[in-house]
Amino acid sequence: MNESSVSRAPLSAAWRIWRGPMVWCGLLLALTLGMAGLEPVFRWIEPGSRQVIYPHADFLPLLGRHLLVVAVASLLAILLGVAAAVAVTRPAGRDFLPLVAQFASMGQTFPPVAVLALAVPVLGFGTWPIIVALLLYGLLPIVRNTLAGLSGIAPGVMESARGMGMSDAQRLWQVELPLAAPVILAGIRTSVTVNIATAALGATVGASNLGAPIISGIVNGNTAYVLQGALLIGLLALAVDSAFERCQRLLQGRA
Amino acid sequence: MIELIEVTKRFGRETAVDAISLRIERGELCALVGTSGCGKSTTLRMINRLIEHSEGEVHLEGRQVREFDEQVLRRRIGYVIQSTGLFPHWTVARNIGLVPRLLKWPRAKVEARVEELMTLLGLPQEQFAGKYPHQLSGGQAQRVGVARALAADPDILLMDEPFGALDPITRESLQLELRDLQSRLHKTIVFVTHDMDEALALADRLVVMRAGRIVQQGTPLELLRDPVDDFVASLLGGNDRGLKETTLLRVGERMQPLSPRLLPQARVHRDATLRQALAVMFREHADRLAVVDDDDMAVGELSLRRLVGARRDE
Repeated sequence: MNESSVSRAPLSAAWRIWRGPMVWCGLLLALTLGMAGLEPVFRWIEPGSRQVIYPHADFLPLLGRHLLVVAVASLLAILLGVAAAVAVTRPAGRDFLPLVAQFASMGQTFPPVAVLALAVPVLGFGTWPIIVALLLYGLLPIVRNTLAGLSGIAPGVMESARGMGMSDAQRLWQVELPLAAPVILAGIRTSVTVNIATAALGATVGASNLGAPIISGIVNGNTAYVLQGALLIGLLALAVDSAFERCQRLLQGRA
Repeated sequence: MIELIEVTKRFGRETAVDAISLRIERGELCALVGTSGCGKSTTLRMINRLIEHSEGEVHLEGRQVREFDEQVLRRRIGYVIQSTGLFPHWTVARNIGLVPRLLKWPRAKVEARVEELMTLLGLPQEQFAGKYPHQLSGGQAQRVGVARALAADPDILLMDEPFGALDPITRESLQLELRDLQSRLHKTIVFVTHDMDEALALADRLVVMRAGRIVQQGTPLELLRDPVDDFVASLLGGNDRGLKETTLLRVGERMQPLSPRLLPQARVHRDATLRQALAVMFREHADRLAVVDDDDMAVGELSLRRLVGARRDE
């Protein structure tokens, strides 16, 4: 009896923390697999069309590919963005700080559609142009927040880390990155959430993801398709965003 | 032993420290004092190479600090700063164990050392080990800062206005603790402060700096009695210097044997400072005090004339 109460306690704690993201995930999966069940609703929305459920692919593989594109682009953006921000805050790279900050903010003002249009001739149609566009688009929040997180560390902390005899690498991994982590994570959250929505544009250059029903719906004048893509993208964004929110809270609760 | 020979530090065109020479003996607590911007902190940081000196030589135990690997050097020198610089994401215990872990001590040894230091600094293990810096009061945080500096048992301790951010009561109790600690540990301590009373209370030797140069150095009493110029005199408190001197001397040093006269009612402990004796006289409107020991037994007497150091009592 004792044992079960011990093993149940952390489980229920985990449930309390992850309840929100799990509910969104459940909704997302249910809708992905059971879209056909909503046919009457879509028929009511789009009474004029013969076909009201997007017919060219199942929603699950579309969701999977959507996630994969966002994951690959975001991972690359995280690696590149954090590395760039760390590099320009080291003494050797400090000269490049203004340049990198500027480049990152330019990335944000550049419309993703334009990046796509420029990338297609180079990379061809398909998944790669959208990954490049998302990567560029997602860099800014990560670079900006990493810079803010690193520069927000109290000078006394950095001075004592140096004064105690920590090496550059020890200071970075044991002091700077852990202390900047909540701010960096907030940047990653923004970047990923925005990219989930932006990835839909990939469908215009032939990437098949949750943007495909939307584009197809617009082209064929079928509101039901548009709605199906948009609903799934929205739910995906909510699920991922709420998972990030929990991570941030856990990270802040630590200190 | 620390020795600075003709050490100069320039930042661009500014000369922060101007060819100073200074010798700090083993086991000595040396206070660098002066107004802000006089170069005292810069001098301190040139010892552990947080700032590299431009000219001259800084020696540590007979070797130039430049010959040491930076990190090896710093791990041998305790460092305490005003803002404590504790790592906010680490517990108290982990903060204290930092340098021993950097030195790759075995885990059990680190833990034992952390426990020992927490006891030494009056931070009960069970109450504080798991706390984070933001959960501590200013005084507790600086105790942790001192414990962290002492963790690897360095011979040398550099302290940069360690108690400057604390309220007066906490500051005084930490000063007393440091003095007590020093009397047991005999570290070589270089202490930067702009609080003259703090410097007078703690230091074996005072080094007065002004505009990057050493103006005067000596024991607190030497400086109080014989300031080299008006700057040193005013830094030491101007006409208050006499009163400051009374805080450095003990009743026992000035008292006389008991006389056949009636013992005065007002009393003062043998180890009290002359300042405290003066306060008792003022409060009790008395010009003679009975001097007592720990058991409240009279062991002598102190007259106002003796207290102020007049040659002869009538």
